[in-house]
Amino acid sequence: MNITCNGEQRAVEKNSSLNDLVISLELNPQALVAEVNGKIVEQPKFTEQMLQDGDRVELIRFVGGG
Amino acid sequence: MLTIAGTQFSSRLFVGTGKFASSREMKEAVEASGSQMVTVALRRVDLNNPHDDIMQALDRTKIHFLPNTSGARNAEEAIRLAKLARVASGTNWLKLEVTPDPRTLLPDPVDTLKATEQLVKDGFIVLPYINADPILALRLQDAGAAAVMPLGSPIGTNQGIMTAMQVEIIIQQARVPVVVDAGIGAPSHAARAMEMGADAVLVNTAIAVAGDPVRMAGAFRAAVEAGREAYEAGLGKPSKQASASSPEEGMLTPDLDFIQD
Amino acid sequence: MFTVPDFAHLQQWIIRSTEDDVRRALDREHVDIHDLAALLSPRAEKYLPQMAARSSRITLQRFGHVTQLYAPLYLSNLCVNRCAYCGFSAGNRIPRRTLTLNEAEQEAMILHERGFQHILLVTGEAPKAAGVDYLEELALRLRDRFAALSIEVQPLEQAEYERLFRAGVTAVAVYQETYDRAIYQQVHLAGRKCDYDYRLDTPARAAAAGMREIGIGSLLGLADWRAEGLALALHLQWLRKQFWRTSFAISFPRLRPAAGEFQPLAPVSEKNLSQLIFALRLFDHNVGLLLSTREEERFRNGMIGLGPTRYSAGSCTAPGGYSQPDIEGEQFSVGDHRNLAEVSDALIAKGFDPVYKDWDKEFQVFNLESLSS
Ligand code: SF4
Repeated sequence: MNITCNGEQRAVEKNSSLNDLVISLELNPQALVAEVNGKIVEQPKFTEQMLQDGDRVELIRFVGGG
Repeated sequence: MLTIAGTQFSSRLFVGTGKFASSREMKEAVEASGSQMVTVALRRVDLNNPHDDIMQALDRTKIHFLPNTSGARNAEEAIRLAKLARVASGTNWLKLEVTPDPRTLLPDPVDTLKATEQLVKDGFIVLPYINADPILALRLQDAGAAAVMPLGSPIGTNQGIMTAMQVEIIIQQARVPVVVDAGIGAPSHAARAMEMGADAVLVNTAIAVAGDPVRMAGAFRAAVEAGREAYEAGLGKPSKQASASSPEEGMLTPDLDFIQD
Repeated sequence: MFTVPDFAHLQQWIIRSTEDDVRRALDREHVDIHDLAALLSPRAEKYLPQMAARSSRITLQRFGHVTQLYAPLYLSNLCVNRCAYCGFSAGNRIPRRTLTLNEAEQEAMILHERGFQHILLVTGEAPKAAGVDYLEELALRLRDRFAALSIEVQPLEQAEYERLFRAGVTAVAVYQETYDRAIYQQVHLAGRKCDYDYRLDTPARAAAAGMREIGIGSLLGLADWRAEGLALALHLQWLRKQFWRTSFAISFPRLRPAAGEFQPLAPVSEKNLSQLIFALRLFDHNVGLLLSTREEERFRNGMIGLGPTRYSAGSCTAPGGYSQPDIEGEQFSVGDHRNLAEVSDALIAKGFDPVYKDWDKEFQVFNLESLSS
């Protein structure tokens, strides 16, 4: 199935969780916050959060800023 | 000691973490600055370059994170970023920035007030970035802002405290701490803000783009301390008169013979 | 809530000031509370002309060649309190009277005909005789005829001030009398006024109710006037921080030695009073400074333009005194007996424009929600 992650189309396996996505991207989940279809998902809930075809996922984290 | 929303800070220098050449340099500069409060921004992870992680670079037991809402162009966007920032950082602290004009990045007073009202209701500790407008500062204070952050001059201009007259009024009137933000291009600017009685200053670009950011961080640290010390010691203001014992310029001392006893 | 530092501490603070501190204070653009301590000190006395010059310049710059005029309207001399210094004190044998609403209106109309557009409604503290209902009713009757209605009555609750504000009252004067707690207890012998803290918190309640102007002051002659000045300034500074939308004014009622009256515990000379006025003007450029008819004509004329911004005129301090000039039962004897026209002429002679109002209530919008806490 296909999702949009940070604006880019991506194919993911069926029955993937948000956590699976993060790991496949080689990201450290500890430092992230996600939005799935505009709803905030906190890091501890990443494994519960199952992805559906067409989901819009935003992965966000802190960067340097003033 | 500086107290904001019940939290004490022994350093009056806040440091922005943007524009550094590397995380390592940023970390060393923050350490050299002695700062206990750094601002950070929220961004989408760059999937092509995912390994730059600022959360790991800094020791959060010693340094408070002050997430900002940079990039927000209106109240709604700022509130959305604020909520993400709270989840991501585990802190309610927020530097509220609403900048609709991408050229000057000057803050929008109307949406800043609107967002502050909402965010305070939602339990945030809000430090709004504002133009040096004294009435706006008071309105924000009344809305529950924990501090106000008036700009010295437009961001990135390095012009120093061009808004001195207005900032002075804000300092005089506000009940909440005043943190001068933006435009501070040199340690002397930071010292000036502190001499004026600002409670703290926020510096980013001037440190991050210096030839040696770590040494520059140390220079700002010293300037902020010196400026604060001078303020507390009671600075003599420059005067046009040679001495107060001479009559005012252009004015004779009034005749006080009418006073009888 | 505002708390007053210990009086002895304030006195120490002032006494420690050196002549250098005074000179530095005079040089400053913004006189802060430390500078003020120096300007109130004995060391500043010889700089009185310099202080007057600065005070005058600041006052001119901020207020222009303008002096506001007002008249007090005494509604009642009944009082349930016993204050050692006051003619209305419960124990005193004077003819007592509370004007009926009609009588009060009549008195007000006399002032109106004389040209006053700003009147100060004054009562003793006798809530049964002159309570909020009475004041509200009177304000509603008078509001359309006067540009400003101030009250100097018993301390009220915030909700009561809100009612009066809606009825047309624009300003509240409530004087602490003295910020020195010990002397306060000593001169307030009985009644609700014995509660120092309740009184101290009253200006804040009135400001929170939305009043446009709050008047504070000390009765000079009770305690050390220098420390009193510093305490007043601290109170003002605190109020300004809490209520930035509110205007503030300070009065300088001064007890004078008079036969058969209360003798001042700590007499304040005209020179002292002048120093206090100038110092406070240097400290706060915007605060209204009032000089009442307690002071004599000579002194009031001399002070025109030097700091004060508002004078009372043609005052009678007994209820009903405007329609019956010989009436007894005054609160204090007046030092300046000129009528409004004479005071106006004196102002004009000095190049000042006497104004009878500075705001029209008609512009008022009653939006209490937008007020600061
Ligand atoms: S000062 Fe006021 S409270 Fe005290 S006796 Fe006089 S009128 Fe009454």
